[in-house]
Amino acid sequence: MRERWPLIVFAVLVAAVPFIPGVPPFWIVLLDNIGLSALVAMGLVLLTGVGGLTSFGQAAFVGFGAYTTAVLSANYGVSPWLTLPLSLLVSGLAAVLLGLVTVRLSGHYLPLGTLAWGLGLYYLFSKLAFLGRNDGVSGIPPLSIGSLKMLDPGTIYYAIWAAVLIAALLTMNLLDSRTGRAIRALRRGHIAAEAFGVYSPRAKLLVFIYAAVLAGLSGWLYAHFARAVNPTPFGAQAGIEYLFVAVVGGAGYVWGGVLGAAIVVVLKEILQSYLPLLLHGEGQLETIVFGILLVTLLQLAPTGLWPWLTSRLPFKPVAKKPDTSIELPARVRSSSAPNVLLQVDNARKQFGGVVAVNNVSFDVQAREIVALIGPNGAGKSTTFNLITGVLPPTSGNISVLGKAVGNAPPQDVVKLGISRTFQHVKLVPDMTVLENVAIGAHLRGHSGALSSMFRLDRADEAKLLAEAARQIERVGLGDQMHQLAGSLSLGQQRIVEIARALCVDPMLLLLDEPAAGLRHMEKQRLAALLRDLRAGGMSVLLVEHDMGFVMDLADRIVVLDFGTKIAEGTPAAIKTNPEVIKAYLGAAA
Amino acid sequence: MNTTILLFLLQDGITNGAIYALLGLALVLVFAVTRVILIPQGEFVTYGALTYASLAAGRMPGTAKLAVVIGLVAFAFDLYAMRKTLHVPKVARAFALHVAFPVVVLLVSMWAADQRMPAGVSLALSLLIVASIGLSLYRIVFQPLAHTSVLVLLIASVGVHLAMQGLGLLFFGAEGQRGPTLLTATATLGSLRFTGQGMAVYGITIAFIVGLWLFFGLTLYGKALRATAVNRLGARLVGIRTTLSGQIAFLLASTIGALSGILIVPITTLYYDTGFLIGLKGFIAAIIGGLISYPLTAVAALVVGIVEAFSSFYASNFKEVIVFTLLIPVLLLRSLAAPAVEEEKD
Repeated sequence: MRERWPLIVFAVLVAAVPFIPGVPPFWIVLLDNIGLSALVAMGLVLLTGVGGLTSFGQAAFVGFGAYTTAVLSANYGVSPWLTLPLSLLVSGLAAVLLGLVTVRLSGHYLPLGTLAWGLGLYYLFSKLAFLGRNDGVSGIPPLSIGSLKMLDPGTIYYAIWAAVLIAALLTMNLLDSRTGRAIRALRRGHIAAEAFGVYSPRAKLLVFIYAAVLAGLSGWLYAHFARAVNPTPFGAQAGIEYLFVAVVGGAGYVWGGVLGAAIVVVLKEILQSYLPLLLHGEGQLETIVFGILLVTLLQLAPTGLWPWLTSRLPFKPVAKKPDTSIELPARVRSSSAPNVLLQVDNARKQFGGVVAVNNVSFDVQAREIVALIGPNGAGKSTTFNLITGVLPPTSGNISVLGKAVGNAPPQDVVKLGISRTFQHVKLVPDMTVLENVAIGAHLRGHSGALSSMFRLDRADEAKLLAEAARQIERVGLGDQMHQLAGSLSLGQQRIVEIARALCVDPMLLLLDEPAAGLRHMEKQRLAALLRDLRAGGMSVLLVEHDMGFVMDLADRIVVLDFGTKIAEGTPAAIKTNPEVIKAYLGAAA
Repeated sequence: MNTTILLFLLQDGITNGAIYALLGLALVLVFAVTRVILIPQGEFVTYGALTYASLAAGRMPGTAKLAVVIGLVAFAFDLYAMRKTLHVPKVARAFALHVAFPVVVLLVSMWAADQRMPAGVSLALSLLIVASIGLSLYRIVFQPLAHTSVLVLLIASVGVHLAMQGLGLLFFGAEGQRGPTLLTATATLGSLRFTGQGMAVYGITIAFIVGLWLFFGLTLYGKALRATAVNRLGARLVGIRTTLSGQIAFLLASTIGALSGILIVPITTLYYDTGFLIGLKGFIAAIIGGLISYPLTAVAALVVGIVEAFSSFYASNFKEVIVFTLLIPVLLLRSLAAPAVEEEKD
């Protein structure tokens, strides 16, 4: 629990605040508001900062939570403690419905969609008779434990901040897990994560629901704090403000949400009391300042204030090296494996009128290194994408161990024991090398989001990290294990990709230009590693431009030119093949 | 329902739809060129409309002063950016664009507000004021962020919306305003009555759609703008000034926004915050058009207008809910048609 002590100190401080003599009751109200806002912002941190999905509609989920408990407890006399799970359920279900529609969309559709439904739901809240239209619902009973009724801001304070601290703990646990890595990989594009078995839409839906449930919790608390609800706090303006809170604090950090909430709530209070005196104007002067501050912040400190603050702390968290003695069970292999691992049969890919891959056929045998070479634009990377399911072939067949792959998505292809690296490195730069490589072992773990949140995944997690650490040491990057992947040189990042691919425990490794950007010695080490893997029973299919590297290493070479296979054979045969020489050096040579 | 009501609702829907189409086009334009999702488009509408109404009523609008203030800030940004190499022609251009232009417009407006000028003059001045604001806004807010992701630009855009809406309240107060009509002529066809204002709306919308389509399809500048949208670095390497493209996009968008506002303010009362809702309906059209297609956006805008007209007749309480819910099936369709390989960049 050593890494948790800042949280404990913070919890003790929070608990002590109301006992400090002379604290004005108004401060406690502000702290209540900060807590309520922080809960929503924490969900947004996961959704926006970590997952890369921007939502302007969180206020509507707060509304779902608040109205659920308001109607049930005020109008039907249901106990608030019974409405808590219902509030969370209603927010969560709303997120499932809206999420299913939007999470498959990338980029800007989601924020626009959330803005629109935020408005739509706001109007719905203010028009429905059973929600009290614009007047809302009042006479909501307070929370109570036994005879203690949480009537005043000072007692519900504990309920609010307990919720904040528990939510923060669960969120941090979630991020530091197998599911968390899948979520953190979302922001950098989905292709790499999917190549290792992550279902991106599912991960997106998960964070979406998680954020909505946190918003619903905030709504439930708000209803029993204010004891009355009306549509105003759940409109588009509020939705925008929650995002503002997350951006101010630092959208990539759990505590950024809390910090942002503190800054925004206090700032709003100050602006509302002093601005009218300063400008003699009417109405929403604070929104002007908010808007300008938001833009300024994006220009000057786009990552928010939390990272700025923590980088000034004198102590740094110590990364613990995983215990590599823990074994991760290897993939089950059929003992009577046929000799042909991969059979590409007349594979064809057309993009409109362009034929990128033109009826190419070749195979990869067990314990064999096959190189796929050809000039730029020959269709090598497209062939890789066809094999790994990133692109569906226009026609032709690809089979693994005699079984046709069909149009299987990348997540299913990797299950067959085929893993890959990418021509353009696809690592998550703000995750450590260890975490990046552990994504490769995604399919070999089984802990889900809930078990991660409650730390029931530790045995499983230790196995995955141990495997990742072993593979990192195997490729010779043991010293860089805890560095951020983005801080490594491009050549090293390619090697990290190989370690990640090895974590799959593959039968066949697909490497797309692994030697590009490597120095001579590094290339030799890479060649030795690949020979070692072959000796261990693995097959390798690689695309490479360094002919010396390829000729030394490959058992067989397949040459593509303009999407068509022009030659296949041993390195010696390829070197003297007139077609190949023509393709590489032109007709005159 | 009888045919008269049907036709009347259709006509009403098409008039509103034409405005949404104009806004949708501007949104597509700005997004295509700068990747900014222009939430403050609605504020351009309100500013245009209420500036026009104020000028026509002989009041001096605060927007003219705002144009000068943010013009000065934009000029300061330019000076700071050029501090190492102070080329006189460049400084002069920035001064003319961000300082001289809004100051002249301000002086003319002050003079015109006292004179009770014809509607045409108020219209021209309002367009100039809002265009100037749009231009300087791009310099201050979006040009420094031009290299960032769509999401950062979107959040900044929301920030601008907040500030501009707050300023709108400060300038125009909480009461709604109406402006004088541009064309007073009317014509009747059967039971339908066509107002000159309505005809102006249709005519200007069609002119803009055709104009933008020609501009982007045929002219070198239009193609340069499209190139900027696809690849900023590539566009710069072939000599396209991406900053200029952004300026043109914002100039067009703010002018179109203001014009839309001026077209509707004689028909409906506008409040300082009405523009946001109007702009969002333009967004629904733009999203249906995938933020790419001009003709699809225009058609979608008409559908939004007609759905709105019918729902305000049959379920007026749920008008906004219905209009915004339109987006859900659209997003669903887009989501099902989403390409398999679509890699987002950070």
